[in-house]
Amino acid sequence: MKTFKLGGVHPEENKISAGKAIEVLPLPEKVYIPVSQSLGAPSTVVVEKGAAIRVGQLIAKGESFISSNVHSSVSGKVTKIDDVIDASGYKRKAVFIDVEGDEWEEGIDRTRDIIREVTMDRDEIIKRINEKGVVGLGGATFPSHVKLMVPDGRKAEYLLINGVECEPYLTSDHRLMLERGEEMLIGVRILMKALGVDKAFIGIENNKPDAIRYLSGLSAGFKGIEIIPLKVKYPQGGEKQLIKAVVNREVPSGKLPIEVGCVVNNVGTALAVYEAVQKNKPLVDRIVTVTGKTVAKPCNLLVRIGTPVGLLIEHAGGLPENAGKVISGGPMMGKALTSLDAPVVKGTSGILIMDGVEAKRTAQQNCIRCGRCITVCPMGLEPYLLAQLSEHQLYERAEKEKIMDCIECGSCHFTCPAGRPLLDYLRLGKNKTGIIIRNRVKR
Amino acid sequence: MSLLTVSGSPHVHTQQSVKSIMYGVVIAMIPAIFVSVYFFGLHAARVMLISVLACLFFEWVIQKYLIKGPVTINDGSALVTGILLAFNVPSNLPAWIIVTGALVSIGIGKMSFGGLGKNPFNPALVGRVFLLISFPVQMTSWPLPKPLFGPGVTDAITGPTTLGIFKEGLDAGKTVQEIMASPSFPGYINDLMGAQSGSMGEISAIALLLGAVYMFSRKIITWHIPVSYIGTAVVFSGILWLIDPAHYIDPVMHLLAGGMILGVFFMATDMVSSPVSTKGQLVFGAGAGLLTILIRVWGAYPEGVSFAILIMNAFTPLINSAFKPKRFGEVVKNG
Repeated sequence: MKTFKLGGVHPEENKISAGKAIEVLPLPEKVYIPVSQSLGAPSTVVVEKGAAIRVGQLIAKGESFISSNVHSSVSGKVTKIDDVIDASGYKRKAVFIDVEGDEWEEGIDRTRDIIREVTMDRDEIIKRINEKGVVGLGGATFPSHVKLMVPDGRKAEYLLINGVECEPYLTSDHRLMLERGEEMLIGVRILMKALGVDKAFIGIENNKPDAIRYLSGLSAGFKGIEIIPLKVKYPQGGEKQLIKAVVNREVPSGKLPIEVGCVVNNVGTALAVYEAVQKNKPLVDRIVTVTGKTVAKPCNLLVRIGTPVGLLIEHAGGLPENAGKVISGGPMMGKALTSLDAPVVKGTSGILIMDGVEAKRTAQQNCIRCGRCITVCPMGLEPYLLAQLSEHQLYERAEKEKIMDCIECGSCHFTCPAGRPLLDYLRLGKNKTGIIIRNRVKR
Repeated sequence: MSLLTVSGSPHVHTQQSVKSIMYGVVIAMIPAIFVSVYFFGLHAARVMLISVLACLFFEWVIQKYLIKGPVTINDGSALVTGILLAFNVPSNLPAWIIVTGALVSIGIGKMSFGGLGKNPFNPALVGRVFLLISFPVQMTSWPLPKPLFGPGVTDAITGPTTLGIFKEGLDAGKTVQEIMASPSFPGYINDLMGAQSGSMGEISAIALLLGAVYMFSRKIITWHIPVSYIGTAVVFSGILWLIDPAHYIDPVMHLLAGGMILGVFFMATDMVSSPVSTKGQLVFGAGAGLLTILIRVWGAYPEGVSFAILIMNAFTPLINSAFKPKRFGEVVKNG
């Protein structure tokens, strides 16, 4: 069974909601749609307070090279444009909409009829993906059209589709592969056409045998698409780890996957691409897992972007009495929410609720230099050392020790027997080192 | 509704803790504890009890009254040091010397550097070597093993260790074969099982190996240091033995006699004082293996494990900066 070589951990999988079919969450009364939902430059708001609005209408336009459009996920009236506290805990500009009815823009095909033939050419596909605000749905929310524009001098050889879902608890990609498999595969075919590659691999961790079986059967009808079962090991779904596992190439330090001829997209992105290109549908909804050991009804929901997280939790049986932490994303890389009014955004893959005991960090002790953090680091770094350097503000040395290569997977902190918050220090160090590097480049 | 916790990811944590590691090591030492009591009787129990209590006491006193900080004597590390110190001394050692050793181990070896995790040297070995240099007579008078409930010599009789017999004999001009033929020589089986004179915990290779297997199964130690340590020692002593079997001890005897197995699995693998990367651990083990044989063959002492490990402990920071793990994407050979 294929996997990456360096490091990795195996947290308890806890895929409680794996057997739960995707349900459509009823329309909320209000949504707060952050106007910047991707990496890169903020988008410009193009609607005004009081405007009547329809589903799929553009509300914020991405104007830089790396930025993306945002569309309304509901119909109704814009009540205000104001700050909202999002999953990261920061205030972000958002369009507040009171929902009235469910009126969609003209020209959006809302049926579930599958359109198999891809008629657009490369440029049309990329333009359409850009227009419809498709971004990476694996969590990093990198604008998808940018990934498809291969820089001069580079050539894409392989398209890798990430169906790994290595985060414990999360099952949204799993359900998507089972229930929207064919549409997703057409999305893959579209991405292949846009990149001009004739080979695509879909990597899936071996704890989803039903998805592997189902897609392997379907992919027989898709030339050049191969399903690759992968060993269950975190962070298998990290872009660089996935490339290493599937095609055995190592993305050089500080470089992008295209350096080794690869482009990686998530299965959710492939589905969004299908909907944008074949159905003319902007990215206005996504599948979100709501789960946790104490959650009454763990589920997978199709949710409109901008829906407050609290509504999803209500649907799953409400916030348990002993809830201690609500996380947007999985337990390894997810962010703890400061407010249940935080809206679902394009990068929200799951809502995880932990009880009060689970929510507490273990007490911190001296580093005993056991080296376990080094053993598990998938990037071959020395987290104990980087944490020390960052603690003592020795950022130049941290840069030499490759702190910027850290993918923030959290394996080091997960495994540390002394309970040291290694990733906290590494994030801080990366942030400060990044500032130093940017200033140097400017000069 | 109660307040929700907000903290950075990851939000889950492994079950292993410093405490579980330390008590795991204690469990791994149980077979050797039984063997030492079996061969040295209640004297062994006495030494271990004094050593452990003294180590815990000194750690508590220093943390509470000198540092005035949190007391961590229940994390298991002082317990490990206490047992290891007892393992490294003869069973007839007077109480006051044991207590002195515990004070040096915990006070100088560990707490003066800032406690667990900060000490550059293995604390038990610091204490042991201090005692060996300060009290050479008491530290090298080894009671002969006398199985519990079995016939044998009285407690008061002492004799040299297996390595000591070799050293004396070779210095007197005898050959290895002549020494091994003498009736007082313990032989391979006795050295394996533990029926030899020596420090309390080092005598039985088999009991120590049993503990080592447990530590491997619990992933408390990895193979790197033990394999490179033993590998280097066997290769080095093997070459000498092949060149001149009359004057150099064979590699198997090197492993079974003295403190090699105890040192390799229980002290060289001490996380705090050994390198962090696997490459560094291989270098560390090789260095310790080489030094052990060098000291045993050409040094003034018959045994070299403690010195070898302490010397390599001193090199640990250098090894850590010289031998980095392989970075992902550093050496690119794609195909």
